[in-house]
Amino acid sequence: MTMTKLTIIMFSGALDKALAAFVLASGAAASGWDVTVFFTFWGINVVRAENKKALQRKDTMSSMFGAMMPKGADNLPLSNMHMLGLGTSMMKRRMKEKNVKSLHDMILDAKELDAKLLVCDMSMDIMGLQKEEFIDEVDDIVGVGTYLKEAKDAEVNLFI
Amino acid sequence: MADEELDVKGLTCPGPLVETRKKLKRMEVGATLLIRGDHAPSKKEVPETLAELGHEVISVTEDAGAWEVVVKKKV
Repeated sequence: MTMTKLTIIMFSGALDKALAAFVLASGAAASGWDVTVFFTFWGINVVRAENKKALQRKDTMSSMFGAMMPKGADNLPLSNMHMLGLGTSMMKRRMKEKNVKSLHDMILDAKELDAKLLVCDMSMDIMGLQKEEFIDEVDDIVGVGTYLKEAKDAEVNLFI
Repeated sequence: MADEELDVKGLTCPGPLVETRKKLKRMEVGATLLIRGDHAPSKKEVPETLAELGHEVISVTEDAGAWEVVVKKKV
């Protein structure tokens, strides 16, 4: 059976957009699709680990970026109605009430069903993050060439 | 009587599909699975996707919004 393939460029670091991406990613992986998610720019914060430290010393700018950006899937703001965190915590409560899985759980589901998670090397440099600062579920740190190769064979390519 | 059962009641999209696939992955080929759910679109989507993946959908039944799907793992 030839597999249908989906790639998603996760550009946004907003909770709502990441949720949309991972409903699709886990749904497609559950449907037997070959799934690749490429995290770039603000999107790399979606797979940032909450409590992992960089191995190498950071310059001032990198430390500032690191301090200002959200630390992982559980700490992302909504793109709308964030309202200093109030809107986002209301949304999370509502999701729980409605039995929607958390973003973190959706990422684990997608991985369990063989989705591939790739982080953009250039974004990592710009944002001053190091590879040790990502969750263990990340498969690799890659350049645009790797993403393009994946996208070329895919029937569905999304930019979120 | 199915070999295994999975309750996805209360779960919403894409939960029923994801949990079904995770469960099937851990089962032996030839074994049967009974899935119980109540997410309306999944009643159609779960059996459709399972059939597309090459599994045998044995039955789909519904009673007052709650549905049951029985599938035999083929691949």
